[in-house]
Order: sequence, then structure tokens, then C-alpha cells
Amino acid sequence: MNLLTLVGALPLVGAALIYLIPTKDSELVKKFALLVTSLVAIAAIFLAVGFDKSITSFQYAQSYSWIPTFNINFALGIDGISLVLILLSTILVPIVILATWNESEGGRWSVKTFYVLILILETMMVGVFAASDLFLFYVFFEAMLIPVYFLIGGYGTGNRSAAAVKFLLYSLFGGLLMLASVIGLYVIAGNQIGATFDLTQLATLEIDNQTENFLFLGFFIAFAIKAPLWPFHTWLPDAAKSATPGTSVLLLGVLDKVGTYGMIRFCLALFPDASKTFTPLIITLSVISIIYGAFMAIGQKDIKGLIAFTSISHFGFITMGIFAMTSQGMSGANLYMVNHGFSTAALFLVAGWMMSRRNSSTISDFGGLQRVTPVMAWSFFIAGMSGLALPGLSSFVSEFLVLVGTYTRYPVAAIIGTLGIVLAALYILIPIQKTLHGPITEGNENMKDLNLREKISIAPVIAIIVVMGFYPKPVLDLINPTSAKVVVDAGYSDPIAEVNK
Amino acid sequence: MLVAPSLGYLVLSPMLIVFAGAVLGVLVEAFMGKTHRAAVQFTISVGVLLLSLQQLWRIRDISSTTAAVDSVTIDKAGIFLQATVVLLALIAVFLIADQDNFVAQASAVPGSNEEAIALQQKNQQTEIFPLFLFAVAGMMLFPVATDLITLFVALEVFSLPLYLLAGLSRRKRLLSQEAALKYFLLGAYASAFFLFGAAFLYGYAGTISIRGISAAAGSANDVLLLIGIVFVSVGLLFKISAVPFHSWTPDVYQGAPTPITAFMAACTKVAAFGAILRIFYVGFAEAQTLWRPIITVIAILTMVVGSIVAIAQRDVKRMLAYSSIAHAGFLLSGVVALNKDGLAASLFYLVAYGLTTLAAFGIIGLVRDSTGEVTDLNRWIGLGKKSPLIGSIFAFLLLSFAGIPLTSGFIGKFSIFSAAYQSGNIAIVVAGVLSSAIAAFFYVRVIIMIFFTDPVNDSVSVIIPSVKSKISISVATVSSIVIGIAPSFLLTAANNFANFIK
Repeated sequence: MNLLTLVGALPLVGAALIYLIPTKDSELVKKFALLVTSLVAIAAIFLAVGFDKSITSFQYAQSYSWIPTFNINFALGIDGISLVLILLSTILVPIVILATWNESEGGRWSVKTFYVLILILETMMVGVFAASDLFLFYVFFEAMLIPVYFLIGGYGTGNRSAAAVKFLLYSLFGGLLMLASVIGLYVIAGNQIGATFDLTQLATLEIDNQTENFLFLGFFIAFAIKAPLWPFHTWLPDAAKSATPGTSVLLLGVLDKVGTYGMIRFCLALFPDASKTFTPLIITLSVISIIYGAFMAIGQKDIKGLIAFTSISHFGFITMGIFAMTSQGMSGANLYMVNHGFSTAALFLVAGWMMSRRNSSTISDFGGLQRVTPVMAWSFFIAGMSGLALPGLSSFVSEFLVLVGTYTRYPVAAIIGTLGIVLAALYILIPIQKTLHGPITEGNENMKDLNLREKISIAPVIAIIVVMGFYPKPVLDLINPTSAKVVVDAGYSDPIAEVNK
Repeated sequence: MLVAPSLGYLVLSPMLIVFAGAVLGVLVEAFMGKTHRAAVQFTISVGVLLLSLQQLWRIRDISSTTAAVDSVTIDKAGIFLQATVVLLALIAVFLIADQDNFVAQASAVPGSNEEAIALQQKNQQTEIFPLFLFAVAGMMLFPVATDLITLFVALEVFSLPLYLLAGLSRRKRLLSQEAALKYFLLGAYASAFFLFGAAFLYGYAGTISIRGISAAAGSANDVLLLIGIVFVSVGLLFKISAVPFHSWTPDVYQGAPTPITAFMAACTKVAAFGAILRIFYVGFAEAQTLWRPIITVIAILTMVVGSIVAIAQRDVKRMLAYSSIAHAGFLLSGVVALNKDGLAASLFYLVAYGLTTLAAFGIIGLVRDSTGEVTDLNRWIGLGKKSPLIGSIFAFLLLSFAGIPLTSGFIGKFSIFSAAYQSGNIAIVVAGVLSSAIAAFFYVRVIIMIFFTDPVNDSVSVIIPSVKSKISISVATVSSIVIGIAPSFLLTAANNFANFIK
């Protein structure tokens, strides 16, 4: 069996096996889920080991006929971009499970159901990044909403069902617009080269300008909702506030990347001309996202809301990097996706521990944690520093690449974007000062520091953040060739070729 | 001198068997004692449907335009549609066999002593079975009828039993009878429209055969043809509950006994769409410039109105009624597509939708309190906690209606919209996806009620279904799931059978 299929199928098998465990034995369920997802992560690392960096076409490719009537294939294959995202997803899942060991209790349904949903979601996350058939991608893209919907609605806090519905309806709306475009593309392919959903073949279509613009918009709006880009972002803060920290990590860390991944894989590859037409608009939206997200983050009183808005700001950077259409910007955006995944994970996980200990998510309820719970405070500090792209931590490299790549083509956008970094210092440093430093506020005196399980789970994330800050080369090596190819395929060349990556 | 027409008994046999079964059922009803009558009637219905299905399988490769002189055409698509009707009816009959949904004595005045006595003495009449078989036979004739008179006869043959069946609910009898009356009156109007249009078409073409009408198209004044098409369409669009001829649907769906609603929602749609597809693809195809804009507008209206009004519904049967209106709109886009893909997609959609609908109404029949079925959505709150299995199945069916990937509804939607896009009708595709997004809202809302809201202290519970209902619901659900994940078998079949003889 192909290793890629194994990575994708293993969680699903695990989900089926969990059913055999008695519902009451929730510790065993958790341990089993951790075991399965760790195995998946290891398998994914082997996937990376066996990956040939010099080849930019799909590797581990395979294809089985699924619905021959429409020539739909169960076709998988990965290039550098999808590989790093699969790595991100599969590594985050076991960390999340370990870090949020008790999160599944007190939900609407059993602990077992929680892990079944997580495992199904993992299969879909791998599938969505590995699909090389447009229809298959669409199926994963839409179907993965359902487990997330139940995870937010069943195990979240606060106004969870409203948030779950808002999330689902926004995403479905985007997905259905995309469906219209998928159908359009399918019909055009049928008229030109014979019905197909194969990505490489679809990229060769000649589509007239007007149609291409509409088809592009169908895809782009779906991805912009997912990513989320201003003004399609309004579902995210609600969802992030209501979801459990673990679900939020997967939601912001992985699922939202499907949006930016889709922009690269589909918008640019299938509609290069339309992408060119809309680039000014999209760059503008990205800059607005960066600034708007940053300002909103500064004003947040709620930790989860704060992280959600910082993400909107960061997704602005990613989208800007993608549509700058330079190889530096593209590499930067791809690297940013990975780094953002880990730094958001760190922020959300530590914030989750803080919140569950204090039973509050309001920033002003905390204070002086540095003295009471030094390990937790330091973890939060490092995660925060990564969020503001402190040099030496992972986000800095990617943010720098994005800005350099953008500057060579859109200097004004890059300069305004840089303002986002300054604001980032505000929205990170103020909460850090409020929560970690100063006098110990009432109610925090006896807060417990991280226990061993929590330390073990956060350690790899922090390690990745630090190592990737100093030595991003292994990941960049995976990303660079594919990123360069994406830019060239979209019909661009770097305005200044000699900027080092 | 009249010459006796020659009849192709072999190709007509699937219908004849069902008709014969219906007549037999009437005799049994008249002459048999009450102890075993229900069982015998049920056996007859199931046996007849199985026989008919087997006969359909035998004639699957035969086609004939002269089976009953010129009034019936047996062709690939006709056989597929007939088989669909029979299969869905076969599943529905297991729901209908749950006698306690039906009034014991239809002739007893609601609330009267006679009614109470009939119930007490278990004088359950079983006329529902022959009525049901007559309706099925009519539905089998409708999509293969190729002249306007036969079409009309078939329309009446399946409508009249349905009017009656709709009024036979044991509980909430007044509501049920009101529904029946409403259905009957509006149906009669629609039939009149149909006849009126048929007269115009005859005046235009000089023939009642739909092939003859097709041949005559363009030969004379188009106004007559247009009037004819419009009025015939009104009659047909009424049956599929397209906007603006939909107003009966929610009332009838709500008032009729739930198993009958299930049967009606699934099978009438197949039969009526079968006839519409045949008439428009064969009879009116030459005159498409006249009717396509009109039907396109109606299709868009139907999806949009159905989806929007469904949001305001507080009763699960009414909500599904509006959802069926919206689905009629989606199906109409297959009619407007007017190409082979459109026909194949419609055939697939009808099967997928029919199965999902049967299962959904089957489950609605299980949610009860002491006075009978509970269809008020507010009382469905927390159902997932009371019965996780039934809750999950219903949620799955709703997702299928909404067209989420990996469900049969999604494949149906995809194929029908791509056929519509192929025919250049992009407006209908855009309207379709947008109204799907609206529709998703009310399906999802029900899922929230079932799963995300704590049950209030209420007497509502999910009853343990009888064996027959269990069979019916599980067969429908499992087929719906299978079609969603591995649709290629049914798609291939629909593709192979998507052929009308012109």
C-alpha cells in the first residue's frame, strides 16, 4: 500500500476501532487515539524522508477510478507544498490530543465520540491536501465541515451551537459557490479535452476571460471565507471563542490553511489570467486584513478572541505573499502557513490551560502569572513572541520573506504591511504584560503550573518554533522548488531575481 | 367496423400485474373476514410489486411504441422510471402496512361513536392496499403514456386514490380530511387545466399523440401551441408542486398519514417527473424556444421560494414539504437542460431523492407522544439524546437533502447542475447553488434542535418501530448511504437507460 494512502487511511481505521472500546473506559479511548495519531505522524515523517525534493510534480501519486460516469478518480499525490501541510496537520493532532487530555469531558456527547470526530477529521485533513482530483478535493473540502461542526457544537463552550452554525453556513455558502465553478470547469473541460477532474489537465484549458473571472471568483470566495480574509472573516472569532482550545488549534492551525492552500493550488494554477486581473483587489484585501486584524486584536478583552484576530492579520500576510507572485513571497507564504500553524497551536494550548485553571477567558482576570506559574508563563511568552515574529523565532523568517517578496512588486502594500508588525508588538506585548507581569491578581495565587503531560505536549511545539527560527532550511528546501514552479506556471517571473531565500 | 387493437402484453405486463393485484385487493376487501385480511392484502401488494419488478427486469432491453396502439411507449427511460416507482412503492408499502396510522373506518364521522366502536372491535378496514396499488399502477402508466388522453387517464388513476388516502389518517382526522379535500379540489383544477391545454394541442396538431405534436411543431400558428403547452404544463407542474402551483403541498404533506406522505412525496415525484421529461423531451423539444424560458423561470422560482419559505416552518412535515418544492426546482433544471445528461441526471436524482424521502418520513412516523405523531419541530428538541441512532440517521438524511458531499443528494445535485450548465443555462446553476445555501440553513437548524439543544421535559419519545417499518427505513437509509459513497452503479444504469424513443 502506498504510504500516502496509509497516512490518510490510518486515522479512519483508528476511528472504526475506537468503537470497539467500551464507552466507559475513556482513558483507554484517549490513549488509543494518541497512539493512532502518533503513528500517523511518524508515517508522515517517513513520507517526508522518502520525498524527492528536486521533483516538482506530484509524488506518491496514485489513482483509482471512483465514479467513471464523470471520470472522477480517487487520485492522490503530493508536492512540496502539500507535504509540509500534511506534516503540520499530522504532527499537530497528537500534540493536541495530549495537550487537551480532559477537554473531551463535559461535552454534550461521550469522550469516544470526540475522538472519533477528531480522527475522521484527520483523515479529511490529509485527504484535502493530498487530493489531485478536483472533485475529490471538493468532497474533502466540504465533508470536513461536518466533524468540525459537531466538535464545536458538541464540545465547545459559551454560545457554541450558534457559533457552530455560523461556521457551517459561511463555509457551505462558499463551498456551494465553488461547486458552481467546479461544474463550470468540468463542462468546459468536457467541451475541450474530454471530461476530467485531473488538476494537471484542467490547468491546460483555454477559458475565455469573462468566464474565467467568474469561475475564479467562485473558488476565491470559498477560500477567502475559509482562510479567512477580510471581509469574509466574521465567523472566525465566534468559532474560535466557542470551540475548545484543541479544536481551535485544528481550526486555525490546519483547516484555515485549506483556504490559502486552495488559492495556490486552484486559483493560481487553474486561472492564471483571472488571478492577474484580481491581484490588485486581493492585495488590497490582504493589507486591510493585516491592519484590521491587528487593530481588532489590540482591542480584545478575551484571549481566544485575541488569538483569532491575530490570525486574521497573519492570514493577510499569507494571502499577500501568495498574490505578490514572486518566488520569495510564495515561499514565504508557504512557510508562514506552517509557522502560523505551530505558533497558533502554542498560543491556543497555553491559553487553554490558563483559561481552564482560572475558569475565565478574560485577559484582565489574569496577572502576575510569571511568579505563580513560571513554566506556563514562559511558554506563553515564547508563543507570543513567535506570534509577533521576533527574529530568531520561526514566524520571523516567513514574515520577512513575504514582505521582501511583496516589496519587489508592490512596495506600497509591503510598507503598509510592515505597519502590521509594529501593531503586532502592541497586541502581543500588552496582553503579555497584563497576564504575566505585574502584581498577582486575586484568584491567581494558587494557580498550578504545567504538569508533566502538559510540559511534554508543549515542548515539541516550542522546539519547532525555535529551531525553525534559526534553521528553516529543511522546510524551505521542500517548499522552494514547488513555490517557484507555481509562480512560473502562473506566468510570472521575479522582478528582482537575486534576492536570496 | 372496429378492428380489435393488438396489445403487446409482454411489455405491458408490469402494469397489468399491478392493476390485477389492485382488483384482487378490492375483491379480498369485499369478501374476506377481518382476521387475516390485513396480512393477505399486504402479501398481495408485496407479491404483485415483486412480480412486476421481475417482469420489468425481463423486458429491460425491449422497446416498443405500439404496445397499446400508439398510446404507450415502452422504452429504456420508461422502464427505468417504472422500476423506480415500483421499487420505492415496495419500500413504502412496508411503512403503509403499519395499520395504526390509518383510520379504522373511513366512513365514520370523526369523533363519532361509530369510530370509537370500529376501533374497539378492531374493525380495521384495509382498503388502503388496493387504493395504493391503483395509485402505483397509475404512476407506472404516467411516464410511459404517449398520447394526451392516456396521460390524462393515468394522471387521474394515480391521483384519485391519493386524494382518498390523504384523508385516512387515524389521528387529527379533521386536518387529514381538510388536506384531502384541498388536494382534491386543487387537483381537479389542475386536471381541468391539463385537459384545456390538451384540447389546444389537439387543435394545433390535429393529433393527440405527443410524437404527432412534435412533428407538427412549427407548421402553424405558434400561439395555439404555446397556449397548449402552457396549460398542459400547469397540470403537470401542479403534480410536482412547482411554484406557483405549490400551495397544496405543505397542507397535504402535513395532513396525510405519514406513510402516505412518504409514498406520495417519493413516487408521485418520480411519476410526474417521468411524464414531464417525456413530454418535454419528446413532444415539445421542437418548440423549445417557446417553453424553455418559461420553465427556466419557474425552476428558479421554485428553488428559491421553496428554500426561503422552508426557513419559516415550525412543523417538520411542512418543512420537508417545502424542501420537496425546492427539490422540484432542482429537478426542473434537468428538464430545462434538454440533453441526454439532463435526462440521466434526472433519473439518478429521482431515485436518490425518493429513497431519502421515504426514510425521512419513515422516521417522522416514529416520533410520538401519547396522542400520536409529534411533528412540531420545537418538540423535537433534544431528540438526539433520547435516541442517538434515530437522531443520527435523520441528521444524515437532512445532510443528504442539503447535498453535502458523500451523500446521494450531492451526486444528484452535481450531475443535474452540470447537465444544466452544459446546456448553457448558467443562471439556473447559480440560482441552484444559492438556494442550496439557503436550504442548508433550515436543514442544519433541525440538526441543531436534535443534537445541540438539551431536551425539555416532554413526553415525546421515539417509539420502537415495528419490524416492517424497520425494514422499510433501514433499506431506504442504507441504499441512500450506498448511493452516496459508491454512486457509479446507479449512475451507469441511469446513463444506459436515459433514452426516450422519439
